[in-house]
Amino acid sequence: MIKITIDNITAEVPEGTTILQAARQIGGDIVPPTMCYYSKLKGTGGKCRTCLVKVVKGSEADPRPMPKLVASCSTLAQDGMVVENTLSQEVMDARKAIVEFLLINHPLDCPVCDQAGECDLQNLSYKHGVEGTRYEEDRREFDVIDIGDKIKLHMNRCILCYRCVYTMNQLTDNRNHGVLFRGDAAEIGTYIKNTIEQEFSGNIIDVCPVGALTDRTFRFKSRVWFLKPMDAHRDCPHCAGKVTVWEFGNQIYRVTGRKNEFGEVDDFICNECRFEKKDIHDWVIEGPRKITPRSVISQNHYRNTKKQSIILPLDEKTEPQQQ
Amino acid sequence: MGRKILLEHIDVPGINTFDVYRAHGGYKAAEKALKEMSAAQVVEEVKSAGLRGRGGAGFPTGMKWSFLDKKSANPTYLVCNADESEPGTFKDRYLMEHIPHMLIEGVIISSYAIGCNTAYIYVRGEFKYIIGILNKAIREAHANGFLGNNIQGSGFNLEIHVHSGAGAYICGEETALLESLEGKRGNPRLKPPFPAVKGLYESPTVVNNVETLATVVGIINIGAATYAGIGVGKSSGTKLISACGNINKPGVYEIELGIPVEEFIYSDVYCGGIKDGKKLKAVIPGGSSVPILPQNLVCKTANGDVRLMSYESLADGGFQTGSMLGSGGFIVLDEDACVVRHTYTLARFYRHESCGQCSPCREGTGWMEKVLYRIENGEGRMHDIDLLVNISKNIEGNTICPLGDAAAWPVAAAIRHFRHEFEFHVKHPEIVKNIDHGSLEKFNI
Ligand SMILES: Cc1cc2nc3c(=O)[nH]c(=O)nc-3n(C[C@H](O)[C@H](O)[C@H](O)COP(=O)(O)O)c2cc1C
Ligand code: SF4
Ligand code: FES
Repeated sequence: MIKITIDNITAEVPEGTTILQAARQIGGDIVPPTMCYYSKLKGTGGKCRTCLVKVVKGSEADPRPMPKLVASCSTLAQDGMVVENTLSQEVMDARKAIVEFLLINHPLDCPVCDQAGECDLQNLSYKHGVEGTRYEEDRREFDVIDIGDKIKLHMNRCILCYRCVYTMNQLTDNRNHGVLFRGDAAEIGTYIKNTIEQEFSGNIIDVCPVGALTDRTFRFKSRVWFLKPMDAHRDCPHCAGKVTVWEFGNQIYRVTGRKNEFGEVDDFICNECRFEKKDIHDWVIEGPRKITPRSVISQNHYRNTKKQSIILPLDEKTEPQQQ
Repeated sequence: MGRKILLEHIDVPGINTFDVYRAHGGYKAAEKALKEMSAAQVVEEVKSAGLRGRGGAGFPTGMKWSFLDKKSANPTYLVCNADESEPGTFKDRYLMEHIPHMLIEGVIISSYAIGCNTAYIYVRGEFKYIIGILNKAIREAHANGFLGNNIQGSGFNLEIHVHSGAGAYICGEETALLESLEGKRGNPRLKPPFPAVKGLYESPTVVNNVETLATVVGIINIGAATYAGIGVGKSSGTKLISACGNINKPGVYEIELGIPVEEFIYSDVYCGGIKDGKKLKAVIPGGSSVPILPQNLVCKTANGDVRLMSYESLADGGFQTGSMLGSGGFIVLDEDACVVRHTYTLARFYRHESCGQCSPCREGTGWMEKVLYRIENGEGRMHDIDLLVNISKNIEGNTICPLGDAAAWPVAAAIRHFRHEFEFHVKHPEIVKNIDHGSLEKFNI
């Protein structure tokens, strides 16, 4: 076991643990946000740079600080390491900058995006972003395409986290999509009209942190916050059959994996469970899915939220930051 | 004129063939290393010669070799980085085109030193004709017993394979190169693990630049002590500099490290002065990725010392008033050159070459290019200049590989030293739109 201190909280973790995993073990506000890392997919992480942290002390053996901010998702903890996340202004500034970079080419079409309400990018920019934009140029644009009869690809919204690529590599037999081209012309594609229909391919919808990959069997049926997420299971020949069903009344609108507090599913589920089993009788309902009270999804169901009685006049709200 | 180690016989007709190269002392170093020296001795020799990587970062080569994971059960690989694509850098191409056997010999000696039996030369896709030249040289070396099994009776075996890139600058970054060599998309890897531990096919790997490996030949020939005696301080030996821009004699020159920058620009042995008798405006001393130096910091450092062509002297003053020797792509701008246009051109390059893997580089390079395009075309606003500085700062140090830095530094340095030119572009859109790209006089309004 080794000792690592993150934002003044010390934890004991096994050797080979990343800074991020150690932070998740501690929990709470000190956990760096992640957009590309996915603990259940080998090789993910390092790309989005939202999880950057400052290492002020390398280790007991070599106490020198690290010269640059490091990606906590892919940097191993060392014994005696001291890390700053929320305590470091440098980290906070860098995170703001990363959010800005992720948003400059994002269409910000949240009002018509199926991911709204459960979007990691939305949450990230809500917490770390800046009101207003300094970006005045044209945004990158792609056509919306159906990559198979179950999945829709909105490349405009993609942040190139590569999670779906790793998912297909690791869960299915023959990945037939990937990243084409490079730089800001890079796009997720199936290269000349291949379609993604492999068993387990539906999981790319769950791992997508934004609304780039959406479920065609659910698109525009309902906003997620009007639905009630219930844990359910069935005897499935392909997967563990443990899912979350999203109900309205007695109707199942969609089926997803069970996402934890870090937005990662507990188990990947098969395409049959996800796309075919929309009848309430297909499932044994276990009870409501616990969703963090901070999420808009929980607003209608689990908490008696008091409506704010006074709405502040516009100018008393925080000034939009002008840069 | 300084001592020549790499280009001594470059003008000999037929030096690109085995026989002529051999007749001029070629493959003597390989014979010496393989027959008279142990592998450890070769490494020691390269270490004490003080050879530093010629690919850009200037990392001590002998030290890099000794980092190899010797406990690994996998074979060790040597990969020669011949992806040379940095704007302004064209020295490796010259070497491979004219004296390919020197690279082959360097690969043989270096492979022997690190215990590698399969070496790869990864050649930039656009250098198609060079692949032919190298393959011919390899065939000749084979036929003469310098490649294959039991080379010259030494018991050492080596095969060299030439691999063509597909035209991506990013595949010059060593881990992207390895990905590409493995047949994957050329995205840089996260480090650690470094190639010395897990490189090609998860095996210990050394990646060295063409010039670095070719220089090993000279070191074995003349001895480490003699080699270390050339140059200044930690910048030992000779270096190829590819000079271009507004000078009288653009071309590839071999210099002894440590000659004054002024001599390099104005001596008839080298660049021969600024073209058409114009004045010097700025120099980018080490390839497009390094900061630009304005005229007052080219020949003298900020402290008033004479600026030398060496790793240390060019870096003197840090990024505030210095730059880097980098890969030796020496770009000279005269008084009529427009720094804004130049910076825009570089930004365009980096945007096009970013692999797109990490967000600061993917988004930031495109953003900077678009803003610079506006400024260059008379559509800029004053706050765009500080915006550019801020974007470059947000990219710098936050990316997976150094391409992000390489894209950020030139923009930051250009604005640091030539802010007035950017402001001129904003203030006088009608001039920058209609006239050529502006001269020093025009900026003095
Ligand atoms: C974006 C990028 C491009 C590079 N391109 C080249 C190149 O074309 N040739 C080269 O030798 N090194 C290049 N390098 C440096 C290599 O990563 C590596 O440091 C070098 O090949 C090591 O060789 P050396 O130690 O002999 O210099 C590049 C680095 C980066 C970050
Ligand atoms: S810095 Fe640029 S080129 Fe390097 S890995 Fe990131 S996106 Fe790719
Ligand atoms: S989550 Fe660590 S870089 Fe994306």
